[in-house]
Amino acid sequence: MVTAALAEAATHPAAGAALDIEQVSHAFDIDGAELPVLSDVSISVEPGEFVALLGPSGCGKSTLLRLVAGLDKPKAGRLREDDSRITRPHASRVVVFQDPTLFPWRSVWDNVALGLEAQGILNSQRHRVDAALDLVGLASFRNAYPHQLSGGMAQRVALARALVNDPKILILDEPLGKLDSLTRITMQAELVSLWQRKGFTTLLVTHDAEEALVLANRVIVFSDRPARVKADIRVDRPYPRHRGDPYLANLRRQILGLLGLDATW
Amino acid sequence: MSTYSLSDGLASGAPRLSRTPLLANWVRESGIGVLASIAWIAFGLSCLWWEDVGDWSRTHSLGIAAFVIAAIALFGTVGADYLGSAGQALRKRAPWLVALGAFLTVWEVATAKFAWLPLPFFPPPQSIIEVYTDDLPKLLDSVFASVKLQLGGYLIGATVGFLTGVSIGWSRAVGYWVHPVLRFIGPLPATAWLPIAFFTFPSSWSASTFLIALATGFPVTVLTWSGVASVSNAYYDVARTLGAKPSFLVLKVAIPAALPHVFVGLFMGLGSSFAVLVVAEMIGVKAGLGWYLQWAQGWAAYANMYAALIVMSLLCSGAITLLFAIRDRLLVWQKGTVKW
Repeated sequence: MVTAALAEAATHPAAGAALDIEQVSHAFDIDGAELPVLSDVSISVEPGEFVALLGPSGCGKSTLLRLVAGLDKPKAGRLREDDSRITRPHASRVVVFQDPTLFPWRSVWDNVALGLEAQGILNSQRHRVDAALDLVGLASFRNAYPHQLSGGMAQRVALARALVNDPKILILDEPLGKLDSLTRITMQAELVSLWQRKGFTTLLVTHDAEEALVLANRVIVFSDRPARVKADIRVDRPYPRHRGDPYLANLRRQILGLLGLDATW
Repeated sequence: MSTYSLSDGLASGAPRLSRTPLLANWVRESGIGVLASIAWIAFGLSCLWWEDVGDWSRTHSLGIAAFVIAAIALFGTVGADYLGSAGQALRKRAPWLVALGAFLTVWEVATAKFAWLPLPFFPPPQSIIEVYTDDLPKLLDSVFASVKLQLGGYLIGATVGFLTGVSIGWSRAVGYWVHPVLRFIGPLPATAWLPIAFFTFPSSWSASTFLIALATGFPVTVLTWSGVASVSNAYYDVARTLGAKPSFLVLKVAIPAALPHVFVGLFMGLGSSFAVLVVAEMIGVKAGLGWYLQWAQGWAAYANMYAALIVMSLLCSGAITLLFAIRDRLLVWQKGTVKW
């Protein structure tokens, strides 16, 4: 029994975790004045769900991600991963930022190895770095330095650096925002297939409604700052999704309406 | 039809075209080598043709050596194609050989032969050679003493400066206490401490080591500190979400990110420590190249001063070359670093 359970755990080490965001509010102190950015946000994410957070620029989505990552503490409310409270960063919740922020003094391989090295398990787990590089198709660039990579390749390395830790929750802060449209479409497809294979819970911040609809099975729309949840939309469509799908087009119109763009669309 | 005539024209034109560039090529590649050879022959002749106005023992040998160099320059550049990389390197430096030969000729004529420049103050090349051959043991002792003093002081200063810089950059509490001290003492030229240092330290050697360390430590501290302070928060965020502990953030994020700044500090520290070294040797330490300079001046041995200056310049330049080589090794990931 026990060995069977262990084998099961080994084959699915990265199955997603549940995420509970309970009545979270947050504010920044700017020159003594308090600027509220999140107002009473409650979201409950099932294990393995792909949730897109959509909202106007500067509404506080990225702040919410920092709270989920444990990089900042909320002024009010609680965040929980499965049943443990989130108080600090942990390698089970890994962030991919808008900028790849690779360490320029490390080669591609060493960048991907960063998480394992920080946790002190690199020496026994070197094969995981190679596997993560294979996963994003950059095995032949293992010795390159970041300044030798294109924007898309750098972002792939950043993705590999996150995935090598087998995160339970993958936090994506507009990771495709700065890529050209072709690279973007390719990487969207790659993200979906990685998520399907690995089964981690995914939280994606984006301001592109189409991207949210192609990738996520739940889209949460935020209001202007201070952000509150305006709508929680389930997207029940099989993958791979087609961009021209009339069902998605209809949802997109609704979402843009929620964001106040109905006059132009 | 047209393709035929085209290839015909090319075939018949090719040998005619390549004949004239052959000569031009030869002149371009080896002409400067021939010029260099002529310049060094001129130098050799200038040594041997006229009688010296003074009494120098190495004039004859110097003339012969100049002819040898002229021969090497000639055969080295003309036959560079058969000499591999050494020949190519010689060819690249041929213009410098021309300039050097011309300069030495003028120097020889203006000092040893016609004394256009006043004599004890402007010694001829052969008298400097004479210093290197006849006063070699003393000169080597001085070099050894200087290198020992400089190396010790520099390593202590660089280490302490680096550690202080990282601590100030990392810890607010350390910054609170060390920063004012640094601001008060740092900008003071290390040489201003000389009189006090030679009183308070048990030996002039330890006093000089302290001063050299001080001169090195200040720029290294400030630049390490600013390097650590300017590391982007995004790097720390990335490392923290990957499970990094504070020690990892310092050793694997802050320090590597700050390293380009640290090397600027090490470079500046090296420059200012040379100045302190020479002054300290002239004033307190009775050894080293600075002391040799002082001693030579006391005896009006101007040739010895020039000889020591040349050695000193080679040593300082060598130290900077070494530092830059280490930097290039450690910072291969940087684009476009300055070549020294």
